[in-house]
Amino acid sequence: GGMAAAVLLLLLLATAPGPGRADAGQERRDTLREELLLSPLPTGDVAATFQFRTRWDADLQRGSVSHYRLFPKALGRLVAALGVRELHLALTQGFWRTRYWGQPPLQAPAGAELWVWFQPTVTDVDKAWKELSNILSGIFCASLNFIDSTNTVIPTASFKPLGLANGTDHHLLRYAVLPREVVCTENLTPWKKLLPCGSKAGLAVLLKAERLFHSSYHSQAVHIRPVCRDASCLVVSWELRQTLTVVFDFFSSGQGKKDWSLFKMFSRTLTDTCPLASQSKVYVDISPKNKEKELLEVSPHPTSVHEAVVQGDKKTYAVYDLLSPSLFNTSRSLNVQLKWKRPQDSSEMPVPTLHAQRYVGGYGLQTGEICTLIYNTHPYRAFPVILLETVPWYLRLYVHTLTIITKGKENKPSYIHYQPAQDRRRPHLLEMLIQLPANSVTKITIQFERALLKWTEYPPDPNHGFYVGSSVLSALVPSVTAMKDMDVEQSPLFTSLFPSSDGSSYFVRLYTEPLLVNLPTPDFSMPYNVICLTCTVVAVCYGSFYNLLTRTFHVEEPSRGGLAKRLANVIRKFRGVPPL
Amino acid sequence: QVQLVVPMAVVFGPGSVPRDLPRPLPFRDVQEMEISVNLRSSVTSRYEMRYRSTTGQEEAALAAATAREADAALYPLQDTTLGSLTMYVVPETSSLLPQGINVYVGKHRSALVRAVGSLAALQARLREVAQVMSFTAGSIAAALSDRVPDGRLSPDARRNLKSSLGYEITFSLLNPDPKSHTVDWDIEGAVNRYVKPVLDKLSLVANFSVDSQILYYAVLGVTPRYDKESSSFLLSAHSLPHVINPVEARLGSSAASLYPVLNFLLYVPERSHSPLYIQDKDGAPVSTNAFHSPRWGGIMVYNVEAPASPQASLPLHVDVDVARVMEVFLAQLRLLFGLSREEVPPEFLLECPGNEGLADWELDHLLWAHTVENIATVSTTLTSLAQLLDKIGNIVIKDDVASEVYRAVASVQSAVTKLSLGHLHAAFQASKEAVTSSERAFFDPSLLHLLYFPDDQKFAIYIPLFLPMAVPILLSLAKIVRETRLRKKEPTKMD
Repeated sequence: GGMAAAVLLLLLLATAPGPGRADAGQERRDTLREELLLSPLPTGDVAATFQFRTRWDADLQRGSVSHYRLFPKALGRLVAALGVRELHLALTQGFWRTRYWGQPPLQAPAGAELWVWFQPTVTDVDKAWKELSNILSGIFCASLNFIDSTNTVIPTASFKPLGLANGTDHHLLRYAVLPREVVCTENLTPWKKLLPCGSKAGLAVLLKAERLFHSSYHSQAVHIRPVCRDASCLVVSWELRQTLTVVFDFFSSGQGKKDWSLFKMFSRTLTDTCPLASQSKVYVDISPKNKEKELLEVSPHPTSVHEAVVQGDKKTYAVYDLLSPSLFNTSRSLNVQLKWKRPQDSSEMPVPTLHAQRYVGGYGLQTGEICTLIYNTHPYRAFPVILLETVPWYLRLYVHTLTIITKGKENKPSYIHYQPAQDRRRPHLLEMLIQLPANSVTKITIQFERALLKWTEYPPDPNHGFYVGSSVLSALVPSVTAMKDMDVEQSPLFTSLFPSSDGSSYFVRLYTEPLLVNLPTPDFSMPYNVICLTCTVVAVCYGSFYNLLTRTFHVEEPSRGGLAKRLANVIRKFRGVPPL
Repeated sequence: QVQLVVPMAVVFGPGSVPRDLPRPLPFRDVQEMEISVNLRSSVTSRYEMRYRSTTGQEEAALAAATAREADAALYPLQDTTLGSLTMYVVPETSSLLPQGINVYVGKHRSALVRAVGSLAALQARLREVAQVMSFTAGSIAAALSDRVPDGRLSPDARRNLKSSLGYEITFSLLNPDPKSHTVDWDIEGAVNRYVKPVLDKLSLVANFSVDSQILYYAVLGVTPRYDKESSSFLLSAHSLPHVINPVEARLGSSAASLYPVLNFLLYVPERSHSPLYIQDKDGAPVSTNAFHSPRWGGIMVYNVEAPASPQASLPLHVDVDVARVMEVFLAQLRLLFGLSREEVPPEFLLECPGNEGLADWELDHLLWAHTVENIATVSTTLTSLAQLLDKIGNIVIKDDVASEVYRAVASVQSAVTKLSLGHLHAAFQASKEAVTSSERAFFDPSLLHLLYFPDDQKFAIYIPLFLPMAVPILLSLAKIVRETRLRKKEPTKMD
């Protein structure tokens, strides 16, 4: 029976590409869908999340000749050449303030983050990882080439494949964060170039660098993963998601008003659609808060209104379908506007169920302490969270000082994985599974000692401090509202990348603040100062010696003397002393 | 000193033996020719000829009706090693060659040559054929173009691609106006049908990888001029250099490999700019509507026929005629590899290579040029490495770098020996190895000259010492000068 089934499966696999190739002319083998989610944040800021999703019904791993249409060639070749199964790259400027802004659709740590799952066929994963980071650094103009063994870790539990995978051997995973990376226009341009329509048409027209980087938070990401082609999941398709999240601060710049429009945010409006996109939608989050309805008003009238449960919250979205012909009939361009009917009291802000905070404690330049506070604000449900901490080797962690305290009592982690650092070779990796009781704050502290670096190891401007990358919290957060089985494709951002497990909880990955730690820094001008000083002393000695040796001495005849001498003689005469 | 030896068999058919042969057949003869590259270096070519008369089988083969049939029948009887040539001399009145044609070059490594009266005249003709089939002074000069003084190089010589271990061929379809045109091309089928056979043949020379992409909203850098007479748009020849740059930014670099990229672009002009034609220098439209850029690739403009009814719904569906496109691209590919068939005397008839796109002797032509170029590259690389070492005394040469240098030298020496023995294939392989080793040595990260502290900076650090020490010395020097000047003046005062 099993044999027959296997044969049947093989047959199916063998015949499946056949019809696909035959009708390639009519049926597009790759699709592009783009969407923009605009959500007002509790603080009055506005978050705009773009997502461009390219799906390609082809197997990137096979075939020597490759022909690309919508999928960018540069990334496709990379995946095929280096045996990449999944690739997640995020470049972020600023920090998503979960406490005030709520749960992000997709958060990323400040700086650059890269994590990659390789195919089991890759024999030397470290070499492929090094090569991959170098090539990506070239494609995205980012300093990803600084990824090496000192900042790469192999997490065992925090990062699971998000796409199709038939094995989770974590030796095929690599994870690295560069918190010092600064994201700017030169990273945005290559990112935009990967879009089939570039920035010429569709939603990408709004992506103008001068507005995007004039914001509180900017994060751009690329996610590549294999997905099921259809429900039966016998064949693989490849999916590329390009996401870009930006948070505009209107409350402070807009004279206290929270009203916004597309033009105010991006200094552009939407005029036409990308002809290659099979879906192009703008979602506006108009969820009523505190049960009060009709607080805000969107114009023009949306094409439809969509209700969904996203991250445990009931949300209402106004949807503008750019592909529907009625939208551009009345006016030539679309400028979504939102107005608040009544000034809102911002005193009560909803607090997300899970959020965290991290800081460096201690004083002096010898020892210190990393403190992480994790908040569970759910009124009655406890849930576990996986914490991943990566600390560079020059902060020497003392694991015996690790304390986890919840509600005044010690909290024992149910799983702990610690990999100590090796000087100049690999960082500390600490992964823990911690149970968070309902309505609690958990404080995790660990002490460290600061190492002395060699003088060549200091970066430029060492007094600025050394960054420690964000720690990562992954959790299945219990939902307040029960989730229904709904059509995921209809929801904005397709309810993000993460798989939703069941109705009662949803997956959240949070990043804490990166830390800035001062290390004992020598005075780098000291050697030069010493050289200067000794040289001056030597030169002065040399000068006087030289003078002594070269000067000619001759006896001077006494003269009538100068003014001083005559003055002295006058005084002497008064005193009755013989003159000089 | 590089010597290129071409083993050559000259086979006389019945009734074609010249009367003034110095010796009875078979005998051997050598002809040398010097190709000077620049003042200091030159390349010697040496044709080792073996004269003999036909065997019975060859005689039967030569009795075929047409030259093509004779060529096919003679192929199994020949020496098929790379670089060797076989010339069959047929009688002056032979009907194998058409009227006015004296030389027929076959698909493989042989040629049929019409006999002329004297041996000297025959030898001159044979030399001409041998040059077409192996290398000419021009092709060697093009291969050594870095060393040839600027003025002496023909403009075409800089067109050829540099020798490399591999090439990447990218076909890009540019659709600047996806709103009006949805363009489809069966590139996969076209590559398999037209490009693959050529590259399979060329795989001896280098590794090739082929891919394709479609780029939307990619526009040329020049706005074409509207011509009222023909109601079409024109791109003049002098504006073509400006076309490529904006497109190139979109092409995407080959991040995953270090091989040079050959770009072939098919441009479907926007609706508002079609039809679009390329004009040559004299203002006449180019028949292929394509042009190539030296060492970069080629661009072809593919006009979409206007729909019969003006109110046809947009976007217009366009299926590209890949056969027409590939014909142009393959011709450009040949040009870029220096395999142009245009420079052949009119009395020559070259057999069409057929589906393979490349005759055996053309492959040899490429191998000769690439071998010579590789040897030159290695010697340049090693020379600049030596210059670097001379400049920075305290540079550290690691053992693996040293062994790569030794290997490069050994391989390049073996390549030169193999060339002088007439073993083209072995020589090419050795030269490839030499290039790999020498590049690996030269680009070793430990040889970055910025890693070493330059001497002028060492001097700058000790400026605080040198400057105060120089002050008393300079002062006393000034004093000496002043005193000597005074002393010179004093005698005049005494007068």
